[in-house]
Amino acid sequence: MYSIETNSLTKRYRDVLAVDGLDLKVREGELFSLLGVNGAGKTTAVKMLSCLAAPSSGGASVGGYDLLSESEKIKKIIAISPQETAVAPNLTARENLELICGVHGFGKDRAREKIADLSDRFGLSDILGRKAGKLSGGWQRRLSIAMALISEPKILFLDEPTLGLDVIARSELWDIISDLKGRTTVILTTHYMEEAEKLSDRIGIMKDGSLLTVGTAKEIMEMTGKERFEDAFVSVVRGCGV
Amino acid sequence: MRLFAFSKRCAKEIIRDPINLAFGLGFPVVLLILLSTMQSNIPVPLFEIESLAPGVAVFGLSFMTLFSATLVAKDRESSFLQRLYTTPLRPCEFILGYLLPIIPISVCQSAVCYALSVAIGLPVSANILVAILVMIPISVMYISLGLLVGSLVGVKAVGGICGGLFTNLSAWLSGVWFDLSLVGGAFETAAKLLPFAHAVELERAIISGQTEGILTNFAVVIGYAAISTTAAVLVFLRQMKKQ
Repeated sequence: MYSIETNSLTKRYRDVLAVDGLDLKVREGELFSLLGVNGAGKTTAVKMLSCLAAPSSGGASVGGYDLLSESEKIKKIIAISPQETAVAPNLTARENLELICGVHGFGKDRAREKIADLSDRFGLSDILGRKAGKLSGGWQRRLSIAMALISEPKILFLDEPTLGLDVIARSELWDIISDLKGRTTVILTTHYMEEAEKLSDRIGIMKDGSLLTVGTAKEIMEMTGKERFEDAFVSVVRGCGV
Repeated sequence: MRLFAFSKRCAKEIIRDPINLAFGLGFPVVLLILLSTMQSNIPVPLFEIESLAPGVAVFGLSFMTLFSATLVAKDRESSFLQRLYTTPLRPCEFILGYLLPIIPISVCQSAVCYALSVAIGLPVSANILVAILVMIPISVMYISLGLLVGSLVGVKAVGGICGGLFTNLSAWLSGVWFDLSLVGGAFETAAKLLPFAHAVELERAIISGQTEGILTNFAVVIGYAAISTTAAVLVFLRQMKKQ
């Protein structure tokens, strides 16, 4: 069963073809990475699949719902942690979590339970009373992902979740993301090779809006005859690996 | 429930910013004290407390334009709105979520202005309560203008447009600081075409218990409130789709 299935999904901004006929199938519970250099079309693809941008042509099924006609149903089963941390800076971490509970219509008891559960899983207990804007980048990212998971989404979009983080914060976040595997379908965009290789069940490499290849890190390395994933990526992007 | 959660968040974001408090409450209070002191030394009819208090109360609302514009622009730039767009929040809940919590903040600001004015010498009367109530539609107009600007431009530009240009326009063209008829000509005509002077005249008329011109001024304010709110909704929805 596929969680996401796209059919020639295309996005054009005036003269720029941001995503060009994307055909993609992502299985339920899979952690699928979209990898590419800046401007490859990863974020635009995520924006379309999360109902933030209307496709110029083509279509998709997200969680079994049609992207073009059932966006309200899709919004109930997805969540996004955007590239920027997207937290309310003058609210405490707890208030940020309460806000998301509120916009999903949770009652007080359910909200309390969810916040306790997520604080436990993400190690947020010590920072719940601190203003989100005063937290370090790593903690803001953790909070951002916790906020995205409050609604127990079937599909979670993580857009460059570790961008700008130090090695330790990145490693800690990788553990959190790995823990989601199998329970939630995760679409992760990144331009860190190591991140894609370490976390993903499968990887799609994009360039100039096109999906060049899809496979496991091992398959892509075998296909290009390279021993390191980074070399395999370069080979695919330069057009000599496919 | 969803609207309440989002409104509560917007109110907290504004109230917890010390700069907002300093400008929103501090600036009108300082203006009232300063100009009243000047008035006691060199009497100017325009700065008599019955005339000054309504003017400063209305002028203070231009900070609400700045607050609402900054909040929306920041939310857009930080992708906070992007996150919320993928939740079940409906478009009307976004607009109301920004608009509604700033109304009580505006009313509080006006109440502080009038309370201080009473301490300075404004006679206590029921008219003050009416004047504070009438501040609600006036504040809707100012807040909506902020939502409109915040939906169109980024945080930096908001500072220039709302903090600089708009605040000055609403000051010069409101008749708070000088009599518009003394300048006359195109300046006075422009001021009469815009809502700021009408809002000030409306408040002054209520405080002084006069009825002349109240309906016309009120109609202009309501008209501008309706236009600015409609424009803010349309632009916000357009930006939402453009995501």
